[in-house]
This record gives sequence, C-alpha cells and structure tokens, in this order.
Amino acid sequence: MPKVVAKPEVCMGCHLCEVWCVVAHSNSKDIVKAFKYEKTPHPRIIVDENLPEVFAIQCRHCEEPDCVFACISGALYKDESGRVVHDESKCVGCLSCVMACPHGGIVIDLDNRKIVKCDLCEEIGFPVCVKMCPNEALIYEEG
Amino acid sequence: MLEMKFDIVIIGNSAGAVGCIETIRSRDKDLSIAVISDEKYHTYSRALIPYYLAGKIDLEKMYYRPLDFYERMNITPLLGKKAVSIDFKNKKVKLDSAEEVGYDKLLIATGGKPFIPPMEGFDRNLDNVFSFVSLDDALEIEKILPISEKVVILGAGVIGLMAAEVLVEKGLEVHVVELADRVLAPVVDEGTSQLIEKAFEEHGVSIYTGLTIKKLNREENHVKSVVLTDGREINCDFMIVAVGVMPRVDLVKDTPVKVNRGILVNKKMETSVKDVYAAGDCAEIYDFITDDRRLLPLWPNAYYGGRIAAINMLGEEAEFEWGTSMNAMHFFDLYIINAGLNVTDEIAEKEGYEILSRFEPEKKVYRRIALKDELIKGLIFVGKVDRAGIYLNLMRRKIPVTEFRERLLDYDFGYTKLPESIRWNLLKNEVILGII
Ligand SMILES: Cc1cc2nc3c(=O)[nH]c(=O)nc-3n(C[C@H](O)[C@H](O)[C@H](O)COP(=O)(O)OP(=O)(O)OC[C@H]3O[C@@H](n4cnc5c(N)ncnc54)[C@H](O)[C@@H]3O)c2cc1C
Repeated sequence: MPKVVAKPEVCMGCHLCEVWCVVAHSNSKDIVKAFKYEKTPHPRIIVDENLPEVFAIQCRHCEEPDCVFACISGALYKDESGRVVHDESKCVGCLSCVMACPHGGIVIDLDNRKIVKCDLCEEIGFPVCVKMCPNEALIYEEG
Repeated sequence: MLEMKFDIVIIGNSAGAVGCIETIRSRDKDLSIAVISDEKYHTYSRALIPYYLAGKIDLEKMYYRPLDFYERMNITPLLGKKAVSIDFKNKKVKLDSAEEVGYDKLLIATGGKPFIPPMEGFDRNLDNVFSFVSLDDALEIEKILPISEKVVILGAGVIGLMAAEVLVEKGLEVHVVELADRVLAPVVDEGTSQLIEKAFEEHGVSIYTGLTIKKLNREENHVKSVVLTDGREINCDFMIVAVGVMPRVDLVKDTPVKVNRGILVNKKMETSVKDVYAAGDCAEIYDFITDDRRLLPLWPNAYYGGRIAAINMLGEEAEFEWGTSMNAMHFFDLYIINAGLNVTDEIAEKEGYEILSRFEPEKKVYRRIALKDELIKGLIFVGKVDRAGIYLNLMRRKIPVTEFRERLLDYDFGYTKLPESIRWNLLKNEVILGII
C-alpha cells in the first residue's frame, strides 16, 4: 500500500505540508492565488498538534479501509495499486467516512458539502507534502 | 425446471451482498457466485434516495458500484427474481420463477421491510401512501411530486426526517407526526432532538410529537386527510410512512434457521444452520459496546457483516467485532455523528453513566460523550463532527480515557492529546520512531 509516513521526532509543526497540499490541489498551482483567490483552502494533511507533541497525518490508504466499508454512495473505493480513491462526483457529503476513519484522515469541505482526502498527489505524480517538508519529517512509502 | 448450482449464493443485492462479493474476489477469483434479488435494478444504495429526490444526484449515481460490476467480479446476477423458500437439506434456493439455485454456502442479506402500523382506513390499494426505502418508492414519489402541495410523514426517525427535509426544500407543506415526545428519540439525546426540531421549525416543517395517525380519510383509493390521535385533521396530497424497518425474515420463518427479531448469527456471521450465513438489516448482529446481539440496521454494519461472512466462507477466520450503532446524518446545515449507546440524560442518571458535554447553542455546536468504567460508551457530535472516527477507534479498542479525559471535548482532539504509549501503539504502522 502506498502511503506517506511521518517521523514525529523531527516534525516542528511548521504547517508547510498543509500549505503545499493546498497548492498542489488548487486550480492555479500558485501559492498566492491558491490562498487568496481560490475557494476556501482545505489541506488534506492534518498537523495534529499539542505542543511540543506534533506530527502530520493524512489518509493512510488502509489495508482494511473502514471509510470504504462505511461509504453509502460508492464514492470511496480501493484501486488496484492499493490506494483508497475518492470519486468526488459520487460523493454526497454524508460524512459516514468521517465517522469511520480511525485516523481522522478525512477532511470536511463544507462549502462543497463533500469531503476531500489525500490522493498522494496523483495529478502531480509525487506527494508534495513529502517533497516540501523542510525537516524531512515525511517520507513516501510506495508499498 | 431450470437448475443451477453455485459455490456461493447470496440472497439480496445491496450493502451486505456487495461486502461479501468484493471480499471473496479479493481472495479468490474462481469460486462461482450468484446474487439473487427481487429488485430488478443494478446494485444501488437506498441510502441515496433522499439525495436523488432532492435532485442532488441523478439516477445513474444511485448505483453503488459501476455498471460493469457483476462482469468484473465474474458473478451471475439473478435479478427481478424472488427467493420463495430454501431447502436446507438439499442446499437449494427456490425462486418464484420456478428455478432452483443450488449452493455450497449461502448468505442471506435480505435486508429490511418497512413496518406499517395499524391505521383505520389503511390498505395496500391506496395509491398515494408510500414508504421511503426502495428505488421504486423514490420513482413513485418523484412522479406524484409535481401535482402535490401537502404531505404527511408518519415517523420522525432518520428516514422520516430526511424525507421531510427533501420535500420541504421541494416547496411542499410538510407535516411530520411522531409518537414519541421528541424526534429521533431512539438515536440521540434530548438536547440533540431539540437542535434538530429547531432546524426543521426554522425551515417551516410542522412536527407533531406525542401523537400518531388514528385514521385515514379516503376517497376511493386516495388518502385525502389524516386524523391524529388528538382529533386534529391534516389534509394531504400524499403520505409517507417511515416508522421503521423490520428485518425481512419471512424466507426462514419456521425453518431450522433461528430467528429472534432478526436472524441470529454468531460473530462469524453464521446462522444456526451449517453453511448458511446472514448479514445486514435482516440479522441480529454483535454489538461490541453492549457485548450482545441486537438489530443494527446500518450501511457500514451490513457491508462489514457481508465481508466477515465471506472470509469465514473461505475457511479463514474472522469475527464481527466492529459493529455498533453509528450514524452520520445531516438535516439542512446541521451535521450529526453518533456512535455506540444513546445515553440520554434519563439513562445516564438511572444507569450511572458519566456525561461529558459541551454545548454552544448559538453556534449550533454540541458534543456529548458518555463514559462508564473509564470507557467511551456513546457519543453524539452536532455541528462540529470532524475526526469523529478517532473516538470510534478508541471505543473499538476499549481504551480507558483516564489519562486524557479532560481533553476529550477539545474540538481539535487528535492523537497528540493521547499519552505517548497509547498514541504510538495505535499508530505503530503509521509513523517512524526512534530516529534520534
Ligand atoms: C432512505 C434511507 C436512508 C438511509 N440512510 C442511511 C445512512 O445514511 N447511513 C446508514 O448507515 N444507513 C442508512 N440507511 C440504512 C441502509 O440503507 C441499510 O442499512 C442497508 O441498505 C442494509 O443493507 P442490506 O444489505 O442489509 O439490505 P437491503 O439494502 O435492505 O437490501 C436487501 C435486498 O434484498 C432483497 N430481498 C429481500 N428478500 C428477498 C427475497 N426473498 N428474494 C429476493 N430478494 C430479496 C430486497 O429486495 C433488497 O433489494 C438508510 C436507509 C434508507 C431507506
């Protein structure tokens, strides 16, 4: 299973992973435009923070994906590569996945009444949070 | 008479069935599988009926899996055919088409059927009284909508309230009649009911609690008005009955398959008859919170029950330790997630639960957690429901909250609020430690 894994001991909670996640999933792919002129930014990686404890977490692309089992619309499914994929066009925003995800890895996008989650930067080809983390506190396991 | 034989036969074509099919195919490509349903449609999600009627999704999006699902899974769909009896001795399911379907292993995932309480003037010939549970119901209601102005809904449970929301947003005058003294009483506490009632009130829905329908006034096969138990009369163009769903167990009545309210299964989803499994709304399944079997008619439980049945059918071992009551719902802009027991104020007092709660009425935010023996036994989140699954995980793993109980109501509650030993144990495959 491909996934991004955190090294909590070297995470300082700078939130840059969240920032670059938003940019990677924006229309413009431009940091200023993404934050200032596009719809409300929803990072798909969450900095779980209770200082000094801090680390970043996102969809784990679980072997046993509780979100997929709970999804009432068929929007969430596991593809052949082992990723948990979210088909936004099928999502009705019921939030059953939010209820089910043991990692809190599903992000609610209330503006669109849907959810968003880590897609391992499918469009770009490599998880941008990993690439941009200044402390190398995130690594990509291709599984 | 046509005879067929499959390694695995599934009666039902919904959540439980799909959970079983996908799990088998993830481990075995060769076993022959047939799926039987009296509904003629490709597998669809009945939970999407409100979204369809609201116009939020089109018919094609009602399908739970892509249209090539049966082909891709290499299974034989026998749709539009009803199973009328099961010959457990010779391992055969008899269909209303007079066909017989032999099985080696059988999954009964027949779901539920709507319960209709006795009402004077009611009979099955009425042409404007509907349930809200099948695609056919949705298509019938869709047809009558353009010529309707007023609707009466019997039942303010999840389904009745979802129907009420859709219909008021479609511009109808909506009246909801509920026997209990508040909406959604079996599912949420008093405070949450009030928030929901207020949301409906603000949207112009009339809710009558503590009352039911005594009598239907009809003109031939058409209901014109309903009379409530307090004598009040409400005119309507059509009516929806949504008082509840009962396990559909007629197929196994008076057979060796043991039935209480639903088909009784053990944690392997086995019924009392060898090689016969049951899952979903038709079954009484294990609840890890109550440590007992009960009806838990919810989509995730049905899917997961089908999955556990599949693993055991294949001769591997798996137990259903995952299920409890769990709802994600929303009415207008009010989002609600609950899990585990519904510990109302009354129950908390009587049965000695400790309640942690946080209520901000002006923001419509409410969080309520019921504890017993230092374990989370129930939760209700309203308004802010983010990351609720972390709590469900703590419930499933029976983690005592002693060391972090004062953090439980934090809106940003997450793994960093847990003591290190618990945190890294729960996330052991998800992080890398010990590098410095
Ligand atoms: C309007 C609505 C909204 C809902 N929303 C939610 C929600 O948000 N979240 C949630 O968790 N749950 C929700 N539910 C509940 C959820 O849909 C059910 O728990 C789920 O459908 C159960 O799946 P199942 O596989 O047990 O059976 P079902 O979905 O009931 O399907 C059983 C199938 O078997 C067929 N069948 C039965 N007997 C026979 C027979 N003898 N021969 C042939 N075929 C037969 C039936 O026709 C049916 O097609 C909702 C339900 C409704 C009606």
